Parts: sequence; structure tokens; C-alpha cells
Amino acid sequence: MNPVYWLAIAAAVIVVVVAAVLVVRSRGKALPPVEERQVLPPAAPARPTEPGELESQAPAEVAEPSTTTLDIPEAPASRLVRLRRRLAGSQNALARGLADLLSQDRIDAATWDDFETTLITSDLGVGPATELTTRLRQRLAVDGVVDPATAHAVLRQELIALVGPDLDRTVHTAGGQGPDGEDLPGVVLVVGVNGTGKTTTVGKLARVLVAEGRTVMLGAADTFRAAATEQLTTWGERVGVETVRGAEGADPASVAYTAVAAGRDSGVDVVLVDTAGRLHTKTGLMDELGKVKRVIEKVAPVTEVLLVLDATTGQNGLTQARTFAEVVDVTGIVLTKLDGSAKGGIVVQVQRELGVPVKLIGLGEGVDDLAPFDPAQFVDGVLGD
Amino acid sequence: MFDTLSDRLTATFRTLRGKGRLSDADIDETLREIRIALLEADVSLSVVREFVAAVREQARTEEVSKALNPAQQIVKIVNDELVSILGGETRLLRFAKKPPTVIMLAGLQGSGKTTLAGKLAVWLKSQGHTPMLVAADLQRPNAVTQLQVVAQQAGVAAYAPQPGNGVGDPVEVARQAKEVAAHHLHDVVIVDTAGRLGVDTELMQQAADIKAAVDPDEVLFVVDAMIGQDAVNTAKAFADGVGFDGVVLTKLDGDARGGAALSIARVIGKPIMFASNGEKLADFDVFHPDRMAGRILDMGDVLTLIEQAERHLDREESQKAASKLLGLGGGEFGLQDFLGQMQAVRRMGPLSKVFGMLPGMGQMREQIDAIDEREIDRIEAIIFSMTPAERANVSILNGSRRARIAKGAGVQVSDVNNLVNRFVEARKMMQSMGGMMGAGPGGPKKGRTTPAAKKKGRGVSGNPAKRNQAAQPVQPAVTVPDPTAFGAGGMPTSEAELAEAMKGFQLPPEMQQFLNPKNKGPR
Repeated sequence: MNPVYWLAIAAAVIVVVVAAVLVVRSRGKALPPVEERQVLPPAAPARPTEPGELESQAPAEVAEPSTTTLDIPEAPASRLVRLRRRLAGSQNALARGLADLLSQDRIDAATWDDFETTLITSDLGVGPATELTTRLRQRLAVDGVVDPATAHAVLRQELIALVGPDLDRTVHTAGGQGPDGEDLPGVVLVVGVNGTGKTTTVGKLARVLVAEGRTVMLGAADTFRAAATEQLTTWGERVGVETVRGAEGADPASVAYTAVAAGRDSGVDVVLVDTAGRLHTKTGLMDELGKVKRVIEKVAPVTEVLLVLDATTGQNGLTQARTFAEVVDVTGIVLTKLDGSAKGGIVVQVQRELGVPVKLIGLGEGVDDLAPFDPAQFVDGVLGD
Repeated sequence: MFDTLSDRLTATFRTLRGKGRLSDADIDETLREIRIALLEADVSLSVVREFVAAVREQARTEEVSKALNPAQQIVKIVNDELVSILGGETRLLRFAKKPPTVIMLAGLQGSGKTTLAGKLAVWLKSQGHTPMLVAADLQRPNAVTQLQVVAQQAGVAAYAPQPGNGVGDPVEVARQAKEVAAHHLHDVVIVDTAGRLGVDTELMQQAADIKAAVDPDEVLFVVDAMIGQDAVNTAKAFADGVGFDGVVLTKLDGDARGGAALSIARVIGKPIMFASNGEKLADFDVFHPDRMAGRILDMGDVLTLIEQAERHLDREESQKAASKLLGLGGGEFGLQDFLGQMQAVRRMGPLSKVFGMLPGMGQMREQIDAIDEREIDRIEAIIFSMTPAERANVSILNGSRRARIAKGAGVQVSDVNNLVNRFVEARKMMQSMGGMMGAGPGGPKKGRTTPAAKKKGRGVSGNPAKRNQAAQPVQPAVTVPDPTAFGAGGMPTSEAELAEAMKGFQLPPEMQQFLNPKNKGPR
């Protein structure tokens, strides 16, 4: 049997309940003078997406790359060294705090309690935090050693195990071949909720790719937020990368299509598509995102879907990741704003539940502050080794 | 499965049944659940500890341990405590005696400052002020352009003398802005600053400099409702580095539980003044502590539901449908009424969201999340394919009519049968309830107990979820907040009473079963 029928009927019942409440309310209001109520502004309806064929859309214009002097992005190797240092020197004292706890002469119940507390305050979630504590406790009890060096080594192992060392963390940017044998660009779609740093990530990623000697094209499919396309264009201009943009309010799918098609025609290696931030609870917007991906795939398969998560995000991050994964099949996570005091522990749960690895981390406002995520190095970084 | 605190506590207390009173151990167990619930709502750990200690004090009192329903009692204590912290000190914007009033926005990157500037401007404008937006975010590429566009959308002036993108001095811009505003007779100046991290001392100093330069009447800390355990650190860093007078919570239209609100209110002691809950410039409101408390505890949000309903439903129409459905006269509840009501509900938003606002729906979250709106479209299509006579009276639907309807709606005949059968059953059930409620003065009491009694008669179900429901203590109120609403008893005279009555609201157990896909209903 189909539960939807019951749901529909339940919907009607709810209306009736609400109607009953309304009746009671209106009667109640007639009795005593009721204070003025604040009226909520109407809930935002889904943004209108323009129906119709892509061909009927206004052609997206291609921004001319500026002829001003271009930045030379930092070479990958020196960037890595610098970022690792930054990670170690950042406020990200999570693991160091843990190590300090384990370095005490005597580890008692209170220490373990503090240990678990530290994990919870990193947004790891109650479940994984308790689990990790129990496991560490058992291992140390079994080994029967409590000297700091061993504890430290065990902690390092467990932390690495926690962030999943054997997941594929390469960002897939290699395009395949089309049915006619022409070369297709790799397509990277960047998605996420509002304000996590999608546009910035696209800009930084473009620099990384340019530094690696790849040719890149940007697609500004964030047609909703004011000046988002300009923001992306500015990023592109700095490294001499073309940005394909549409009018504000244009169908993002059409802009994405145009960008990928332009990328294919001009033979670039990678097309990066920036999308508008959307809360995962807005069905209409999520459908729109699904459409963006489907439409891109008419030109070239999407090789990588990156979900941008903000390190400050709490337990809601898991719900976000789950919903985005359902709609666009997320293949990697970018954890941004790790240079702050937040630890982004939520990605552990996301990785575990969805099997989607963290591929990149954003470590600052600097233009080259985007690093690949390497579990061992990451743990060493936060442990301060 | 146990998503809401209510559900968790109910589960905890189930094991205690029959003991008569709560022991300390029982209370500890309860508090552990509260702790986890709060942590999962992103309330920061130190606040959770304090909070739990405060609740412990109250939970030890006689009233709770002797109460018939200690779970509900404790939830009430927790809720009241939350409301008192969140709403401890609510206030509105302070305006300067001598205009312009300067409002400065500060916060992390991506918390929504620029958008909020626009929302605040629209709100102030609607109150008769003439705000001016100041682009002091010269950091992020094209933040200045964004602010200009937002100002244009809001229909207010923007002051953006510097192009941004790393060029220009925000302190100087802010300083000039105040003079410009005075000159152009803008009585409110909203300074949008660049997003900055709490640990970035250089930028924090810059924010402090901007503050010193413009001497704002209000510094608002803009924070994303999705923020996790770091909320307190960040808020502290801003409180120490810049100092703020109020908090604005953004992105409340998502499903984050927003425990950060509690942490900040508790640790920093600054009031949460506004809540922003949508992408459009009008989606902005003063903060409601009681709703936030319900949200943190995931108790559903009946008041918002009612408000939405008031906007979207035709009161008379709904009233008529209600009396029809409950068999209180006005003819029989037909598919046409059903369709009308369903469409009205859908106007309130996606069904999953509407359901989610009902309290006690946590257990069914997965089913709710699985609602496919297209299935509902199909149901509508089936009804649309019926003639008015068929909609009014489903009993005339014979085989050939059903075949025609199925063809018209593009579904199988079995789908039509399914819909009709479920509809008739549900209607029968509702009418039997309506009958009990309308039974006069003696009615209400009967109405409360009968559904549960009926349940027990069915014996223990093989489905654990069902068993849980059956074992739940008898909840007051079946489908209506207060059965007296329909009977001859007294009306709730105030909204407060009504809200009180709604707190105990639960879907009737039958309804809960319907939502359970594992439940093989009668065919």
C-alpha cells in the first residue's frame, strides 16, 4: 500500500485541525481584547525558475578576460608547505588539547570526561565522540601503558582512522571523450548552503588549476545573489580565466549549460560551475540544482560535485550533506574557514554516513589558501607534530 | 528514531512506569537525554552543563516526581527555562536622540551581513525611517556591488565611495558616511562591515576602529543559525574585540535547530533582537524566544503553523469542511472538500515542512522526509478526473467510472481504488471522533480516553514503532487542541491558554499509524 495516500488524507485532517483552532481563536479574540500580534513576513517561496527550452534563453554573455596584469598563482608545492604550517599554527588546538590530556601522569575518569568534552566541542557529535573515547580507553587499557608517548601515538592512529585514510581524495577534473570522439572538459559543480564560501572556493580552485598548468573556464550559475557573478568574474580576471555569465535572475541551468558548452568548444581542460547558495530545506531550489546538473550532463558528464561546508557548521551539516547528496550525488566535500576557531568536526560524521570524503580545505582569506586534504598530514598538523 | 526531546523522555520514562516517584537515578537518566538533545541542537557544552544543573534543581521537586506524566513535566521545565534565557531581555532598536542613528553589523564571513543590511533597511523603511546603507566591506570581491544592488532592491540609498576588492579604508568610509547621512537627512545609517574571524586580531582591530570612528548606537552581531559549538568562542571574540549590543540570527528558514542562540544569549548575555528567515528582503522579523525554544527542543512550531494557516486558508471554507468531516452537519465531506483542503495546505509550503511543524512528529521524520510531492500531484490528478457528482459522492464510483478516471489521470485503476478506499476509511474515523467530541458536556472526557482504549484492544503490535505508540501515556487532546472547543464547555479565552492546550497536541494514534509505511493497513 502506498503511504502517500494516508499522508494526503492526514494533510486534510491537519487542515481541519488548524481550521478548528482558527475558529477557537477567532472566538477567543472576540472575548478579551487581545494584544497586537506581530505578523511574520511570508515564507519565501521558491525562486521562479524560468521554464522553457534552453535555446529560448537569452544567450549568456562571455566576459572578456581583462587585459590587466595577471597574478601568478603560487606553485602547488610551496603552497602546501605554507598551508601545513598555517594549520599547525592555527587556533585549531583540538588535538593538541587531547594530546595534553593524555600526557598527564595519571589518566582517570575525569580526564576521559574532559577528553570527550573536547571532542564534542569540536562539533564531532555526541555519538562519534563517545565512540572514540571508548575505543581509546579500551586500547590504552589493553596495552596497559599510559606513558604519554604511547598515548600520543595511539591518539594519532585513532584520529587518522576517524578521518578515514583510505578514501579517494583526488578532485576529478579530467574530462572524458564525447560520443563523436571530441575531448570534453572536466566539469566541477560547486554546491552548498548560503554563505559557506562557494564562490571563493571556485575562485581559489581556479587558481590551483591554473598553477598546475590547466586551462580553466568559470561558469557563474549563481544568478540569484546580488553581485555574485561579478565576484566570480573578479576572481577569474586575476588569473586570466574567462567567466561565462548570464543576466541576474537568468535560469542557472542555462548559464551552466552555456559555460560547459563554451568550455568544450574552446577546448579548455576544466569548467568550474559556481551555483547559488541554497538551504537544503527549499525543495524548489534543490530541484533547480538537480536541473542544473542534468542540463550540464547534456554537454559533458559532471566529473566532480563538491559540497562546500563551513567549519563553523554544527550538527545541521549532516542534514545538509544528506540532502545535497540525494539531489546531486555529491562526490567530495570542501571544508572552508578552517583557519578560525571552529574545528569542523561535523565532516567526520558526514564522511562516515555518506562515504563522501573531504577533498579540499580552505584555510584563509588569501587567494591561494586552498589545500588538498590529506588525513595523516591533517592529523599531524593539528597535533602540532 | 527518537528525534525530539519529548520522544526521548517518553522513552526514558516508560521504563519507570509503576514506580510511583522518580529517584535521583531516574532524574540523572533524564538529564542525560536532555544533555544529548541540547548538544545535538548545537548548544555549546558549557551552557548545556549549566542548564542541566539548573533543570536538575527544579526536577527534584515534589510536583514533578508525583506528576502523572513526569516526562511532560520535565519537558515543560526545560522549555520554560529555555524561554527565560532566550527572552530574558528583549528589546527593540535604540535610536539616537540626534539623528543619524548608526547601526553597525559585524560577524563571520558568510553569516549574511550584507543581505541583512538590506532586510534591516526594508524593515526600518516600513517604519518610516530613511535608512542609508554604507559599504564598509572592502575585502570580499564585489561586496560593494552586492550592497549597492541590495540597496536598490530595498529602495534605499547606498553610500559606497570606495570600489572595494581590497582597495580603500573602511574606517574612513564609515566616518564619512555619518556626515553624508546627516547632510542628506538619512536618520539611520547601516554600516555593513567585512566578514572576519574571531581569531583574526588585525581585522578585529579594524572593526573596533570602525566602531570608534562612527560611535554606533547599536552594534549587531550577525550569526548563522547553523553554527555549531564554535558559536560561543566566536561570540566571545566579537564581544571582546568589537563589543556588540544585540544579536541577529540568520538562515532560520533552514532546519538547523539553532542552539547557538541559547549559547550566545547565556554566555554573552546580549539579547537576540532579530531573526532572518528567508532569502527575500522582507523575510525578517523580531525574535520570538518561545518559538526558538520549541525549535531547539524540536517540539514543532504550532504557532507558526497557525499563522501560516491564517494567511493561506479561507476561514469559512475550512470551518465548513471541518464540521462536515466531523459529522457535525453541513452535508457529507466529499472529495471536493478534500481537494480544496489539500490545496490549501499545499499553499502553506511543501507538505513535509507543514508536517514538520506539528509537534510530536519527530518519530515520523523519516516518513515525512520521504513525502514525494509528485505523489500528491497524482492524487490531485485523480480527483480532477472525477465529475462533480463523483467527487461529492464516491459511492457511485463503479468499475467503468473508475476505469475512466484512471485513464484520465494517467494512473492504474488500483491507484484510484486505493485513494477512494483510504479516503472513505479516514472519513469514517474522523466522523466517529467528531461524534464523540460533539456529544455535549460529557463528551470531552470520553473523547480523550476512547482512542487510547481502542488501541489497547488491538493487543501488542509486532511493529516496535507501533508498540511504542501504544505504550505512550495517554496524551490529552485527540485532534483538536482542546476537546471543549467543539463541545459545550468553556472556550479558551486567551491565546496563552490556547498555546498551552496546543503543547499537549499529538496526532491521534490512528493517524500516526497511517504515516508508518511498515504498517500494512486494511486493503
